[in-house]
Amino acid sequence: MSSQSPILQINDVSLVFGGVRALSDVSFSVQPGELFSIIGPNGAGKTSMLNCVSGRYTPTTGSVSFNGQDVTGLKPNDRAELGIGRTFQNLALFGHMTVLDNIMVGRHHLLKNNFLNGPLYWLGGAQKEELEHRRFCEDVIDFLEISHIRKATAGTLSYGLRKRVELARAVALRPDLILLDEPMAGMNLEEKEDMARFIIDLNEEWGMTVVMIEHDMGVVMDISNRVMVLDFGRKIAEGLPDEVMANKHVKKAYLGEEDDDNDDDEQVA
Amino acid sequence: MAGFSLRPCGDFRTTYRQDTRIFDTTYIRNAAMLGIFAVAMIPFVLDGYYVNLFIQISYFAIAALGLNILVGFTGQISLGHAAFFGFGAFASAWINNTTGIPVLLSIPLAGLMTAAVGMLFGLPAARIKGLYLAIATLAAQFILEDFFARANWFTGGSNGAAANPVNVFGYEVYDDFSFFYVCLFFLVVMYLLGTNLMRTRDGRAFVAVRDHYLSAEIMGINLTKYRLMSFAISSFYAGIGGALYGHYLGFVSAEGFTILLSIQFLGMIIIGGLGSVKGTLMGTVFMVLLPEVMESGVSALSIFEWANSTAVTDGLAYIKEMAIGLAIILFLIFEPDGLAHRWQQIRAYWKLYPFSY
Repeated sequence: MSSQSPILQINDVSLVFGGVRALSDVSFSVQPGELFSIIGPNGAGKTSMLNCVSGRYTPTTGSVSFNGQDVTGLKPNDRAELGIGRTFQNLALFGHMTVLDNIMVGRHHLLKNNFLNGPLYWLGGAQKEELEHRRFCEDVIDFLEISHIRKATAGTLSYGLRKRVELARAVALRPDLILLDEPMAGMNLEEKEDMARFIIDLNEEWGMTVVMIEHDMGVVMDISNRVMVLDFGRKIAEGLPDEVMANKHVKKAYLGEEDDDNDDDEQVA
Repeated sequence: MAGFSLRPCGDFRTTYRQDTRIFDTTYIRNAAMLGIFAVAMIPFVLDGYYVNLFIQISYFAIAALGLNILVGFTGQISLGHAAFFGFGAFASAWINNTTGIPVLLSIPLAGLMTAAVGMLFGLPAARIKGLYLAIATLAAQFILEDFFARANWFTGGSNGAAANPVNVFGYEVYDDFSFFYVCLFFLVVMYLLGTNLMRTRDGRAFVAVRDHYLSAEIMGINLTKYRLMSFAISSFYAGIGGALYGHYLGFVSAEGFTILLSIQFLGMIIIGGLGSVKGTLMGTVFMVLLPEVMESGVSALSIFEWANSTAVTDGLAYIKEMAIGLAIILFLIFEPDGLAHRWQQIRAYWKLYPFSY
């Protein structure tokens, strides 16, 4: 796998907001077909990292390249065309649209019809094109098992379903690289299991490279190929899940300093 | 509302084509066609008063649909719609008077000209939203009003501009009777185009920009492009509506296109339903008919002695004005989703009776 050129290459990315260093000199690369997880305590800069990849933020220094192309300053909407899709940590569905329309929006950059031939619908070939893409969207709907709610208004759905619809919308983009920001946050066990299954299928059957932020360590350790750990905007570890778990910096970041002071013991006692 | 629909039992859709139809069922489609046919019969059955009302409804409804695409679907506020409506009226008269292009062609051309102007005034939308954009479009309203009063070459200044009657294949449409059909044609075509727009790529992009612009951008939608496009399309509709208005009156003067009319357009789409094509039509009908109904209500009252006293007759004129404001307030409180939503509920009620769901 390492002989291939990486699909995503992050070089010394720093992100500064005024006096806050959200990211300091983070570098990593993701190989095609990988399922890569980013973990870290709250405020570690995980979402900021993802925003740099999806174009929400432009890194203060450093570069982001996708498939060998430098995309550091590219606008988010242009990245969709290149093949980067993402979901958001806090739901970002189009609340008043139906589930189906939400997913059809994902086809935006692949559809050709516009404000001129769209209104002519039957004459300009728009209908034919819409129906072809509808077929693809139905495949996505089948895959994510949301066919029973395809005509429901997205804003009325339960949290778990909305997360799933959001994933469907990102999948409809047919991206090469899909960025998932806490896909399992706030879900119950059953929903998490479903989501984990979908992510594995996306990776293995649909051939998408996945970069995922997740707090549920069980899931991360089970399904990731590689894991990167951020803490205070710095990369503190990267490697196979087991290696990362054994890393003493990681333990420190998550559990605090292991010290010989007796103060803690006294408090416990 | 998972799986909720008002389709009759046993009426299944087996293709995606069937599932994307404008009208839910064949019955509704036939009813709509019958409705258009019934409206087309109005000039034969009813007198000129109703024909005139319909013509008013149609040019306002076309312009209001434009505003709904901008405000209701794309979520950008505009307080300058009347100015674009007026620009369309002047532009069509100007094109026709200076170049001799037949009126039927100058109407869409005026629409295109208005679209260009609308895009110009929509430029701030690339940067600002909400209340700030409202103020920027308010500027458009006043700048254009001033332009109408000063640009003698274009509008005839304070004298106004003469607008020739519509000429269909050498046959001049002077009377309401024939102009009615010109309006009906434009109304049906513009609403059909609007409906199709909203069920294809760019229409969905508008709604996406409205509902969540951050994720719309991630989905590959160029926000600036779609915000401007929305202004252009909205102004195009305003221009067509305005051009019809101009050629109907035969004379365009700068006084008619004030901010009051802009607010009335907003009233139409709020009452009809933001983000609903058919609601726009309902809201326009409501807003045009409301003063008329009030008027006939007032004349009905005059059989009473007390209603003829000057205190009452003077006051009634104001009450009529206030009724529009009251209607908007009542709708905002009791039916913020407009007549379109109310209509949906009424349909559901009859369909599901005696159960509530």
